[in-house]
Amino acid sequence: MTINEKQDELIEDFAFYTDWMEKYEYIIQLGKELPLIHDSYKTEEYIIKGCQSRVWLYPNMNEGKIDFTADSDAIITKGLVSLMVKVLSGHTPKEIASADLYFIDKIGLKEHLSPTRANGLLSMVKQMKLYAIALSA
Amino acid sequence: MLTLYIIMGSTELKKIDINKVRSDFPILKREVNGKPLVYLDNGATTQKPKQVIDAIIHYYEEMNSNVHRGVHYLSQISTDAFEVTRRKVKEFINAEHEHEVIITKGTTESINIIASCYGRAFIGKDDEIIISAMEHHSNIVPWQMLCDEKGCKLRIIPMTAEGDLDVETYKTLFSERTKLVSFTYVSNALGTINPVKEMIAIAHQHEVPVLLDGAQAVQHLKVDVQELNVDFFAFSGHKMYGPTGVGVLYGKENFLNNMPPYQGGGDMIKEVTLEKTTYNELPFKFEAGTPNIEAGIALANAIDYINELGLEAIKRHEDELLAYAIQELSKVKSIRFIGTAKEKSSVISFLIDGTHPYDIGVILDKLGIAVRTGHHCAQPVMDQFGIPGTVRASLAVYNTKEDVDVLVAGLNRAADMLL
Ligand SMILES: Cc1ncc(COP(=O)(O)O)c(C=O)c1O
Repeated sequence: MTINEKQDELIEDFAFYTDWMEKYEYIIQLGKELPLIHDSYKTEEYIIKGCQSRVWLYPNMNEGKIDFTADSDAIITKGLVSLMVKVLSGHTPKEIASADLYFIDKIGLKEHLSPTRANGLLSMVKQMKLYAIALSA
Repeated sequence: MLTLYIIMGSTELKKIDINKVRSDFPILKREVNGKPLVYLDNGATTQKPKQVIDAIIHYYEEMNSNVHRGVHYLSQISTDAFEVTRRKVKEFINAEHEHEVIITKGTTESINIIASCYGRAFIGKDDEIIISAMEHHSNIVPWQMLCDEKGCKLRIIPMTAEGDLDVETYKTLFSERTKLVSFTYVSNALGTINPVKEMIAIAHQHEVPVLLDGAQAVQHLKVDVQELNVDFFAFSGHKMYGPTGVGVLYGKENFLNNMPPYQGGGDMIKEVTLEKTTYNELPFKFEAGTPNIEAGIALANAIDYINELGLEAIKRHEDELLAYAIQELSKVKSIRFIGTAKEKSSVISFLIDGTHPYDIGVILDKLGIAVRTGHHCAQPVMDQFGIPGTVRASLAVYNTKEDVDVLVAGLNRAADMLL
Protein backbone atom coordinates (compact mmCIF):
# COMPACT_ATOMS: atom_id res chain seq x y z
CA MET A 1 0.00 0.00 0.00
CA THR A 2 1.12 3.54 -0.65
CA ILE A 3 1.37 6.06 2.13
CA ASN A 4 -1.84 7.67 0.95
CA GLU A 5 -3.72 4.37 0.76
CA LYS A 6 -2.69 3.69 4.33
CA GLN A 7 -3.85 7.13 5.36
CA ASP A 8 -7.20 6.60 3.69
CA GLU A 9 -7.61 3.27 5.44
CA LEU A 10 -6.95 4.86 8.81
CA ILE A 11 -9.42 7.63 8.06
CA GLU A 12 -12.03 4.95 7.38
CA ASP A 13 -11.16 3.09 10.57
CA PHE A 14 -11.50 6.20 12.63
CA ALA A 15 -14.82 7.10 11.03
CA PHE A 16 -16.34 4.26 13.06
CA TYR A 17 -15.63 6.07 16.27
CA THR A 18 -17.85 9.00 16.91
CA ASP A 19 -17.20 9.35 20.57
CA TRP A 20 -13.78 10.61 21.78
CA MET A 21 -13.48 7.80 24.26
CA GLU A 22 -13.73 5.12 21.62
CA LYS A 23 -11.24 7.03 19.55
CA TYR A 24 -8.75 7.16 22.37
CA GLU A 25 -9.34 3.55 23.23
CA TYR A 26 -8.47 2.72 19.65
CA ILE A 27 -5.33 4.86 19.87
CA ILE A 28 -4.34 3.06 23.07
CA GLN A 29 -4.92 -0.23 21.24
CA LEU A 30 -2.72 0.92 18.37
CA GLY A 31 -0.02 1.73 20.90
CA LYS A 32 0.08 -1.92 21.81
CA GLU A 33 0.75 -2.82 18.16
CA LEU A 34 3.74 -0.52 17.86
CA PRO A 35 6.89 -2.35 16.72
CA LEU A 36 9.07 -1.75 19.76
CA ILE A 37 12.49 -0.23 19.56
CA HIS A 38 15.31 -2.46 20.76
CA ASP A 39 16.38 -1.56 24.30
CA SER A 40 19.89 -0.79 23.12
CA TYR A 41 18.54 2.11 21.06
CA LYS A 42 16.60 3.61 23.97
CA THR A 43 19.32 6.18 24.39
CA GLU A 44 19.72 9.92 24.32
CA GLU A 45 20.63 9.65 20.63
CA TYR A 46 17.22 8.34 19.62
CA ILE A 47 15.06 10.35 21.98
CA ILE A 48 12.76 12.93 20.45
CA LYS A 49 12.96 16.33 22.08
CA GLY A 50 9.90 18.37 22.83
CA CYS A 51 7.75 15.70 24.37
CA GLN A 52 6.29 15.78 27.87
CA SER A 53 6.40 12.03 27.64
CA ARG A 54 9.57 10.45 26.30
CA VAL A 55 9.63 9.04 22.79
CA TRP A 56 12.40 7.01 21.23
CA LEU A 57 12.46 6.39 17.50
CA TYR A 58 14.86 4.26 15.48
CA PRO A 59 14.97 4.08 11.67
CA ASN A 60 16.25 0.90 10.10
CA MET A 61 17.12 0.92 6.42
CA ASN A 62 16.26 -2.35 4.76
CA GLU A 63 16.49 -2.88 0.97
CA GLY A 64 15.99 0.79 0.24
CA LYS A 65 13.06 1.15 2.62
CA ILE A 66 12.85 2.49 6.14
CA ASP A 67 11.25 0.56 8.97
CA PHE A 68 10.70 2.47 12.17
CA THR A 69 10.66 1.04 15.65
CA ALA A 70 9.75 3.23 18.59
CA ASP A 71 8.51 3.43 22.16
CA SER A 72 7.10 5.92 24.62
CA ASP A 73 6.48 5.91 28.34
CA ALA A 74 2.99 7.36 27.85
CA ILE A 75 0.32 5.12 26.37
CA ILE A 76 -1.53 7.72 24.33
CA THR A 77 1.70 9.08 22.93
CA LYS A 78 2.65 5.53 22.04
CA GLY A 79 -0.59 5.20 20.12
CA LEU A 80 0.13 8.40 18.21
CA VAL A 81 3.64 7.18 17.42
CA SER A 82 2.17 3.90 16.29
CA LEU A 83 -0.10 5.71 13.84
CA MET A 84 2.84 7.53 12.31
CA VAL A 85 4.94 4.39 12.16
CA LYS A 86 2.12 2.46 10.50
CA VAL A 87 1.79 5.09 7.80
CA LEU A 88 5.46 5.73 7.12
CA SER A 89 7.24 2.43 7.73
CA GLY A 90 8.13 0.31 4.71
CA HIS A 91 8.57 3.23 2.35
CA THR A 92 11.55 4.74 0.62
CA PRO A 93 13.25 7.76 2.12
CA LYS A 94 12.00 9.83 -0.79
CA GLU A 95 8.36 8.83 -0.24
CA ILE A 96 8.64 9.54 3.47
CA ALA A 97 10.34 12.89 3.03
CA SER A 98 7.66 14.10 0.65
CA ALA A 99 4.62 12.58 2.37
CA ASP A 100 1.68 14.87 3.04
CA LEU A 101 0.17 13.57 6.26
CA TYR A 102 -3.40 14.74 5.78
CA PHE A 103 -4.90 11.91 7.78
CA ILE A 104 -4.08 13.49 11.14
CA ASP A 105 -6.46 16.33 10.47
CA LYS A 106 -9.11 14.01 9.00
CA ILE A 107 -9.21 11.71 12.01
CA GLY A 108 -9.59 14.69 14.33
CA LEU A 109 -6.15 14.61 15.90
CA LYS A 110 -4.99 17.89 14.46
CA GLU A 111 -4.91 19.44 17.91
CA HIS A 112 -2.02 17.09 18.63
CA LEU A 113 0.00 18.52 15.78
CA SER A 114 0.30 22.04 17.04
CA PRO A 115 3.88 23.00 17.85
CA THR A 116 2.90 24.01 21.37
CA ARG A 117 1.52 20.59 22.21
CA ALA A 118 3.39 18.72 24.87
CA ASN A 119 3.18 15.35 23.12
CA GLY A 120 5.69 16.29 20.47
CA LEU A 121 3.82 14.64 17.59
CA LEU A 122 5.07 17.41 15.37
CA SER A 123 8.68 16.84 16.46
CA MET A 124 8.11 13.18 15.76
CA VAL A 125 6.93 13.80 12.20
CA LYS A 126 9.85 16.17 11.64
CA GLN A 127 12.32 13.63 12.99
CA MET A 128 10.96 10.86 10.76
CA LYS A 129 11.36 13.09 7.74
CA LEU A 130 14.84 14.15 8.82
CA TYR A 131 15.88 10.51 9.11
CA ALA A 132 14.47 9.90 5.65
CA ILE A 133 16.41 12.81 4.19
CA ALA A 134 19.59 11.71 5.95
CA LEU A 135 19.19 8.12 4.79
CA SER A 136 18.51 9.07 1.19
CA ALA A 137 21.76 11.00 0.94
CA MET B 1 -18.68 51.25 56.94
CA LEU B 2 -15.20 50.83 58.29
CA THR B 3 -16.30 50.10 61.85
CA LEU B 4 -18.90 47.65 60.60
CA TYR B 5 -16.22 45.81 58.68
CA ILE B 6 -13.97 45.63 61.72
CA ILE B 7 -16.75 44.34 63.92
CA MET B 8 -17.66 41.67 61.40
CA GLY B 9 -14.04 40.74 60.94
CA SER B 10 -13.30 40.37 64.61
CA THR B 11 -16.41 38.66 65.89
CA GLU B 12 -17.04 35.96 63.38
CA LEU B 13 -15.18 34.46 60.52
CA LYS B 14 -16.86 35.25 57.24
CA LYS B 15 -17.92 32.27 55.22
CA ILE B 16 -17.36 31.93 51.49
CA ASP B 17 -20.61 32.28 49.58
CA ILE B 18 -19.55 29.86 46.90
CA ASN B 19 -22.35 30.59 44.45
CA LYS B 20 -21.66 34.28 44.61
CA VAL B 21 -17.92 33.69 44.22
CA ARG B 22 -18.42 31.42 41.22
CA SER B 23 -20.68 33.94 39.56
CA ASP B 24 -17.87 36.49 39.82
CA PHE B 25 -15.71 34.41 37.45
CA PRO B 26 -17.22 34.50 33.95
CA ILE B 27 -14.96 31.79 32.55
CA LEU B 28 -16.33 29.21 34.98
CA LYS B 29 -19.54 29.18 32.97
CA ARG B 30 -17.92 27.96 29.80
CA GLU B 31 -17.67 24.45 28.48
CA VAL B 32 -14.57 22.63 27.35
CA ASN B 33 -14.87 19.69 24.97
CA GLY B 34 -18.62 19.80 25.50
CA LYS B 35 -18.33 19.46 29.27
CA PRO B 36 -18.63 22.11 31.97
CA LEU B 37 -15.16 23.42 32.76
CA VAL B 38 -13.61 22.12 35.96
CA TYR B 39 -10.59 24.30 36.50
CA LEU B 40 -8.00 22.74 38.78
CA ASP B 41 -4.84 24.34 37.45
CA ASN B 42 -4.80 27.29 39.81
CA GLY B 43 -1.16 26.78 40.72
CA ALA B 44 -0.28 27.74 37.16
CA THR B 45 -2.65 30.69 37.09
CA THR B 46 -5.99 31.54 38.65
CA GLN B 47 -9.04 32.74 36.77
CA LYS B 48 -10.04 36.39 37.05
CA PRO B 49 -13.16 37.80 38.65
CA LYS B 50 -15.15 40.31 36.64
CA GLN B 51 -14.04 43.03 39.06
CA VAL B 52 -10.52 42.59 37.66
CA ILE B 53 -11.62 42.18 34.05
CA ASP B 54 -13.80 45.28 34.30
CA ALA B 55 -10.92 47.29 35.74
CA ILE B 56 -8.80 46.44 32.70
CA ILE B 57 -11.58 47.45 30.31
CA HIS B 58 -12.22 50.60 32.31
CA TYR B 59 -8.56 51.51 32.09
CA TYR B 60 -8.56 51.38 28.31
CA GLU B 61 -11.92 53.03 27.89
CA GLU B 62 -11.43 55.85 30.37
CA MET B 63 -7.86 56.27 31.51
CA ASN B 64 -5.29 55.02 29.02
CA SER B 65 -2.21 57.17 29.33
CA ASN B 66 1.40 56.68 30.33
CA VAL B 67 2.21 56.80 34.02
CA HIS B 68 4.61 59.05 35.90
CA ARG B 69 5.06 61.24 32.84
CA GLY B 70 2.50 63.80 31.88
CA VAL B 71 0.84 66.72 33.58
CA HIS B 72 -2.31 66.11 31.60
CA TYR B 73 -5.42 64.74 33.20
CA LEU B 74 -5.32 61.18 31.88
CA SER B 75 -1.72 60.72 32.82
CA GLN B 76 -2.51 61.90 36.31
CA ILE B 77 -5.43 59.57 36.84
CA SER B 78 -3.61 56.56 35.45
CA THR B 79 -0.57 57.37 37.59
CA ASP B 80 -2.80 57.74 40.64
CA ALA B 81 -4.48 54.43 39.93
CA PHE B 82 -1.13 52.72 39.48
CA GLU B 83 0.06 54.15 42.77
CA VAL B 84 -3.13 53.00 44.49
CA THR B 85 -1.95 49.48 43.68
CA ARG B 86 1.37 50.14 45.35
CA ARG B 87 -0.42 51.32 48.46
CA LYS B 88 -2.72 48.32 48.45
CA VAL B 89 0.19 45.93 48.03
CA LYS B 90 1.94 47.64 50.93
CA GLU B 91 -1.12 47.04 53.09
CA PHE B 92 -1.67 43.55 51.72
CA ILE B 93 1.76 42.35 52.80
CA ASN B 94 2.11 44.91 55.61
CA ALA B 95 5.29 46.51 54.32
CA GLU B 96 6.58 49.43 56.33
CA HIS B 97 6.85 51.79 53.36
CA GLU B 98 5.15 52.11 50.00
CA HIS B 99 8.48 52.67 48.26
CA GLU B 100 9.58 49.21 49.36
CA VAL B 101 7.06 47.82 46.86
CA ILE B 102 8.52 47.46 43.37
CA ILE B 103 6.03 46.66 40.63
CA THR B 104 7.52 44.02 38.33
CA LYS B 105 6.36 41.61 35.62
CA GLY B 106 6.01 38.78 38.09
CA THR B 107 7.83 36.51 40.49
CA THR B 108 10.40 35.54 37.89
CA GLU B 109 11.41 39.11 37.26
CA SER B 110 11.39 39.90 40.97
CA ILE B 111 13.83 37.08 41.69
CA ASN B 112 15.98 38.05 38.73
CA ILE B 113 16.22 41.61 40.02
CA ILE B 114 17.69 40.34 43.27
CA ALA B 115 20.02 37.91 41.53
CA SER B 116 21.17 40.62 39.19
CA CYS B 117 21.34 43.69 41.45
CA TYR B 118 22.03 42.24 44.86
CA GLY B 119 24.27 39.68 43.19
CA ARG B 120 26.23 42.30 41.28
CA ALA B 121 26.82 44.39 44.37
CA PHE B 122 27.27 41.90 47.17
CA ILE B 123 28.12 38.44 45.87
CA GLY B 124 31.57 37.49 44.63
CA LYS B 125 33.84 34.57 43.89
CA ASP B 126 33.54 31.62 46.28
CA ASP B 127 30.60 33.20 48.08
CA GLU B 128 27.63 30.95 48.79
CA ILE B 129 23.91 31.18 48.19
CA ILE B 130 21.50 28.81 49.90
CA ILE B 131 18.39 27.64 48.06
CA SER B 132 16.18 24.60 48.63
CA ALA B 133 15.61 21.35 46.80
CA MET B 134 11.96 22.23 46.15
CA GLU B 135 12.37 25.46 44.21
CA HIS B 136 10.61 26.43 41.02
CA HIS B 137 13.10 26.81 38.17
CA SER B 138 12.76 30.58 38.51
CA ASN B 139 14.38 30.34 41.93
CA ILE B 140 17.18 28.08 40.70
CA VAL B 141 18.31 29.25 37.30
CA PRO B 142 18.95 32.94 38.12
CA TRP B 143 21.30 31.79 40.90
CA GLN B 144 23.05 29.31 38.64
CA MET B 145 23.54 32.09 36.10
CA LEU B 146 24.96 34.32 38.81
CA CYS B 147 27.28 31.52 39.95
CA ASP B 148 28.51 30.99 36.39
CA GLU B 149 29.25 34.66 36.11
CA LYS B 150 30.72 35.31 39.54
CA GLY B 151 32.16 31.97 40.54
CA CYS B 152 29.89 31.70 43.58
CA LYS B 153 28.34 28.41 44.76
CA LEU B 154 24.90 27.08 45.58
CA ARG B 155 24.20 25.12 48.75
CA ILE B 156 20.96 23.16 48.74
CA ILE B 157 18.56 22.62 51.64
CA PRO B 158 17.53 18.98 51.26
CA MET B 159 13.98 17.70 51.26
CA THR B 160 12.59 14.63 53.03
CA ALA B 161 10.69 11.86 51.28
CA GLU B 162 7.44 13.46 52.48
CA GLY B 163 8.37 16.75 50.87
CA ASP B 164 9.36 18.74 53.98
CA LEU B 165 12.52 20.81 54.04
CA ASP B 166 15.19 19.42 56.34
CA VAL B 167 15.61 22.36 58.68
CA GLU B 168 18.30 20.68 60.78
CA THR B 169 20.56 20.32 57.75
CA TYR B 170 19.69 23.85 56.67
CA LYS B 171 21.23 25.11 59.92
CA THR B 172 24.53 23.48 59.01
CA LEU B 173 24.77 25.02 55.53
CA PHE B 174 25.85 28.46 56.69
CA SER B 175 29.44 29.63 56.52
CA GLU B 176 31.07 33.03 56.65
CA ARG B 177 30.77 33.03 52.86
CA THR B 178 26.98 32.70 52.83
CA LYS B 179 25.58 35.85 51.24
CA LEU B 180 21.93 35.12 50.60
CA VAL B 181 19.22 32.56 51.28
CA SER B 182 16.34 32.10 48.85
CA PHE B 183 13.49 29.63 49.16
CA THR B 184 9.82 29.26 48.55
CA TYR B 185 7.04 29.80 51.05
CA VAL B 186 4.81 27.18 49.43
CA SER B 187 5.98 24.52 46.98
CA ASN B 188 4.20 24.69 43.63
CA ALA B 189 4.93 21.02 42.92
CA LEU B 190 4.01 19.52 46.29
CA GLY B 191 2.03 22.11 48.23
CA THR B 192 4.37 22.02 51.22
CA ILE B 193 4.11 25.12 53.41
CA ASN B 194 7.60 25.75 54.75
CA PRO B 195 8.33 26.98 58.30
CA VAL B 196 9.53 30.25 56.85
CA LYS B 197 9.51 32.37 59.98
CA GLU B 198 11.82 29.96 61.74
CA MET B 199 14.01 29.61 58.65
CA ILE B 200 14.31 33.36 58.22
CA ALA B 201 15.29 33.75 61.87
CA ILE B 202 18.01 31.12 61.41
CA ALA B 203 19.47 33.02 58.45
CA HIS B 204 19.38 36.24 60.43
CA GLN B 205 21.34 34.63 63.25
CA HIS B 206 24.07 34.34 60.63
CA GLU B 207 23.36 37.88 59.43
CA VAL B 208 22.33 36.63 56.01
CA PRO B 209 19.33 38.20 54.23
CA VAL B 210 16.48 36.08 52.90
CA LEU B 211 14.46 36.23 49.70
CA LEU B 212 11.14 34.46 49.98
CA ASP B 213 9.27 33.26 46.88
CA GLY B 214 5.64 33.94 47.68
CA ALA B 215 4.17 32.99 44.30
CA GLN B 216 2.11 30.15 45.79
CA ALA B 217 1.53 31.78 49.16
CA VAL B 218 -0.19 35.16 48.88
CA GLN B 219 -3.42 33.78 47.42
CA HIS B 220 -3.81 31.28 50.27
CA LEU B 221 -2.20 32.69 53.41
CA LYS B 222 -1.96 36.04 55.13
CA VAL B 223 1.60 37.27 54.63
CA ASP B 224 3.06 39.97 56.86
CA VAL B 225 6.56 40.80 55.70
CA GLN B 226 7.38 42.71 58.88
CA GLU B 227 6.23 39.91 61.12
CA LEU B 228 8.22 37.40 59.04
CA ASN B 229 11.07 39.91 59.06
CA VAL B 230 11.83 38.81 55.52
CA ASP B 231 14.27 40.93 53.54
CA PHE B 232 12.89 40.35 50.05
CA PHE B 233 9.55 38.94 48.99
CA ALA B 234 8.39 38.08 45.45
CA PHE B 235 4.99 37.20 44.03
CA SER B 236 2.87 37.30 40.85
CA GLY B 237 -0.47 38.97 40.21
CA HIS B 238 -1.81 36.27 37.94
CA LYS B 239 -1.78 33.56 40.61
CA MET B 240 -3.88 35.69 42.97
CA TYR B 241 -6.87 36.41 40.72
CA GLY B 242 -5.07 39.38 39.16
CA PRO B 243 -3.85 40.03 35.63
CA THR B 244 -0.83 38.47 33.99
CA GLY B 245 2.28 40.53 33.44
CA VAL B 246 2.38 42.15 36.86
CA GLY B 247 4.03 41.12 40.08
CA VAL B 248 5.77 42.47 43.10
CA LEU B 249 9.20 42.64 44.60
CA TYR B 250 9.18 43.79 48.17
CA GLY B 251 12.53 44.69 49.67
CA LYS B 252 13.61 46.30 52.90
CA GLU B 253 14.44 49.92 52.22
CA ASN B 254 18.11 49.82 53.14
CA PHE B 255 18.79 46.79 50.95
CA LEU B 256 17.01 48.33 47.97
CA ASN B 257 18.82 51.62 48.45
CA ASN B 258 22.18 49.90 48.47
CA MET B 259 21.53 47.88 45.34
CA PRO B 260 22.38 49.19 41.87
CA PRO B 261 19.42 49.56 39.48
CA TYR B 262 18.18 46.67 37.33
CA GLN B 263 17.54 47.98 33.84
CA GLY B 264 18.36 51.41 32.55
CA GLY B 265 15.76 53.53 30.84
CA GLY B 266 12.99 56.00 31.39
CA ASP B 267 11.39 56.53 34.80
CA MET B 268 14.36 55.17 36.74
CA ILE B 269 16.51 58.26 36.37
CA LYS B 270 16.75 61.59 38.14
CA GLU B 271 19.00 63.30 35.65
CA VAL B 272 20.66 62.13 32.48
CA THR B 273 23.48 63.80 30.69
CA LEU B 274 25.53 62.06 28.09
CA GLU B 275 28.33 61.79 30.62
CA LYS B 276 26.51 60.68 33.73
CA THR B 277 23.13 59.70 35.06
CA THR B 278 21.82 59.93 38.57
CA TYR B 279 19.21 57.40 39.49
CA ASN B 280 15.73 58.00 40.70
CA GLU B 281 14.64 57.13 44.19
CA LEU B 282 12.81 54.05 45.32
CA PRO B 283 10.69 52.49 44.01
CA PHE B 284 11.25 54.00 40.54
CA LYS B 285 14.93 53.12 40.50
CA PHE B 286 13.86 49.54 39.79
CA GLU B 287 11.00 50.35 37.42
CA ALA B 288 12.62 51.34 34.15
CA GLY B 289 10.39 51.79 31.15
CA THR B 290 6.64 51.82 30.68
CA PRO B 291 5.12 49.13 32.88
CA ASN B 292 2.13 46.93 32.16
CA ILE B 293 -0.15 49.73 33.28
CA GLU B 294 -3.56 48.08 33.03
CA ALA B 295 -2.32 45.03 34.88
CA GLY B 296 -0.67 47.18 37.51
CA ILE B 297 -3.89 49.06 38.06
CA ALA B 298 -6.13 45.99 38.08
CA LEU B 299 -3.91 44.23 40.61
CA ALA B 300 -5.50 46.56 43.15
CA ASN B 301 -8.89 45.07 42.25
CA ALA B 302 -7.55 41.57 42.79
CA ILE B 303 -6.29 42.58 46.21
CA ASP B 304 -9.67 44.15 47.01
CA TYR B 305 -11.34 40.97 45.87
CA ILE B 306 -9.21 38.82 48.17
CA ASN B 307 -9.67 41.23 51.06
CA GLU B 308 -13.42 41.28 50.65
CA LEU B 309 -13.60 37.52 50.84
CA GLY B 310 -10.98 37.51 53.58
CA LEU B 311 -7.85 35.40 53.47
CA GLU B 312 -8.89 33.50 56.57
CA ALA B 313 -12.18 32.55 54.99
CA ILE B 314 -10.42 31.63 51.76
CA LYS B 315 -7.97 29.47 53.64
CA ARG B 316 -10.70 27.73 55.58
CA HIS B 317 -12.63 26.99 52.41
CA GLU B 318 -9.55 25.69 50.63
CA ASP B 319 -8.36 23.64 53.61
CA GLU B 320 -11.74 21.94 53.85
CA LEU B 321 -11.67 21.24 50.16
CA LEU B 322 -8.11 19.94 50.31
CA ALA B 323 -9.04 17.51 53.08
CA TYR B 324 -12.09 16.37 51.11
CA ALA B 325 -10.03 15.98 47.92
CA ILE B 326 -7.38 13.89 49.64
CA GLN B 327 -10.04 11.72 51.23
CA GLU B 328 -11.87 11.15 47.94
CA LEU B 329 -8.77 10.78 45.77
CA SER B 330 -7.42 8.16 48.16
CA LYS B 331 -10.20 5.89 46.91
CA VAL B 332 -8.93 6.00 43.32
CA LYS B 333 -7.28 2.76 42.28
CA SER B 334 -3.45 2.78 42.21
CA ILE B 335 -3.17 6.43 43.23
CA ARG B 336 0.05 7.54 44.84
CA PHE B 337 0.39 10.98 46.39
CA ILE B 338 3.67 12.79 45.87
CA GLY B 339 4.35 15.18 48.73
CA THR B 340 2.62 14.51 52.02
CA ALA B 341 4.10 17.26 54.12
CA LYS B 342 2.65 18.10 57.50
CA GLU B 343 1.63 21.61 56.44
CA LYS B 344 0.11 21.71 52.99
CA SER B 345 -1.59 24.27 50.84
CA SER B 346 -4.09 23.63 48.05
CA VAL B 347 -1.85 21.57 45.80
CA ILE B 348 -2.26 17.83 45.31
CA SER B 349 0.38 16.08 43.24
CA PHE B 350 -0.14 12.42 42.41
CA LEU B 351 0.44 9.55 40.05
CA ILE B 352 -1.72 6.65 39.06
CA ASP B 353 0.74 3.81 39.14
CA GLY B 354 1.10 2.16 35.76
CA THR B 355 0.12 5.28 33.84
CA HIS B 356 1.98 8.35 32.64
CA PRO B 357 0.81 11.77 33.89
CA TYR B 358 0.49 12.90 30.28
CA ASP B 359 -2.07 10.16 29.51
CA ILE B 360 -4.13 11.17 32.52
CA GLY B 361 -3.95 14.83 31.50
CA VAL B 362 -5.19 14.11 27.97
CA ILE B 363 -8.18 12.10 29.15
CA LEU B 364 -9.12 14.58 31.88
CA ASP B 365 -8.95 17.34 29.28
CA LYS B 366 -11.48 15.47 27.15
CA LEU B 367 -13.74 15.53 30.20
CA GLY B 368 -13.41 19.28 30.60
CA ILE B 369 -11.05 19.01 33.56
CA ALA B 370 -7.95 21.23 33.58
CA VAL B 371 -5.04 19.88 35.59
CA ARG B 372 -1.32 20.31 35.11
CA THR B 373 0.86 17.39 34.17
CA GLY B 374 4.63 17.18 33.97
CA HIS B 375 7.44 18.46 36.13
CA HIS B 376 5.77 21.78 37.05
CA CYS B 377 9.01 23.70 36.44
CA ALA B 378 10.54 21.86 39.37
CA GLN B 379 12.56 19.12 37.72
CA PRO B 380 14.89 18.60 40.70
CA VAL B 381 11.84 17.74 42.81
CA MET B 382 10.75 15.11 40.28
CA ASP B 383 14.30 13.75 40.14
CA GLN B 384 14.36 13.31 43.89
CA PHE B 385 11.17 11.26 43.72
CA GLY B 386 12.54 9.40 40.70
CA ILE B 387 9.51 10.21 38.54
CA PRO B 388 9.10 12.04 35.23
CA GLY B 389 6.32 14.23 36.56
CA THR B 390 3.01 14.19 38.33
CA VAL B 391 -0.60 15.09 37.80
CA ARG B 392 -1.28 18.20 39.82
CA ALA B 393 -4.66 19.44 40.91
CA SER B 394 -4.44 22.85 42.56
CA LEU B 395 -7.40 24.50 44.22
CA ALA B 396 -8.69 28.05 44.44
CA VAL B 397 -11.48 29.77 46.31
CA TYR B 398 -14.05 29.06 43.57
CA ASN B 399 -13.51 25.30 43.56
CA THR B 400 -16.13 23.04 45.07
CA LYS B 401 -16.61 19.51 46.29
CA GLU B 402 -18.42 18.87 43.01
CA ASP B 403 -15.22 19.79 41.17
CA VAL B 404 -13.39 17.20 43.25
CA ASP B 405 -16.09 14.62 42.53
CA VAL B 406 -15.78 15.25 38.78
CA LEU B 407 -12.02 14.87 39.05
CA VAL B 408 -12.33 11.59 40.93
CA ALA B 409 -14.81 10.23 38.39
CA GLY B 410 -12.51 11.37 35.57
CA LEU B 411 -9.54 9.63 37.14
CA ASN B 412 -11.48 6.42 37.57
CA ARG B 413 -12.45 6.58 33.93
CA ALA B 414 -8.88 7.28 32.86
CA ALA B 415 -7.60 4.41 34.99
CA ASP B 416 -10.15 2.08 33.38
CA MET B 417 -8.97 3.08 29.93
CA LEU B 418 -5.27 3.04 30.64
CA LEU B 419 -4.73 0.16 33.03
C1 LIG C 1 6.77 28.76 43.49
C2 LIG C 1 6.82 29.55 42.21
N1 LIG C 1 7.80 30.42 42.01
C3 LIG C 1 7.88 31.16 40.90
C4 LIG C 1 6.98 31.03 39.87
C5 LIG C 1 7.13 31.86 38.64
O1 LIG C 1 6.11 32.78 38.54
P1 LIG C 1 5.88 33.65 37.22
O2 LIG C 1 5.90 32.70 36.08
O3 LIG C 1 4.56 34.29 37.45
O4 LIG C 1 6.99 34.64 37.16
C6 LIG C 1 5.94 30.13 40.03
C7 LIG C 1 4.95 29.94 38.93
O5 LIG C 1 4.62 28.86 38.53
C8 LIG C 1 5.86 29.37 41.21
O6 LIG C 1 4.87 28.48 41.38
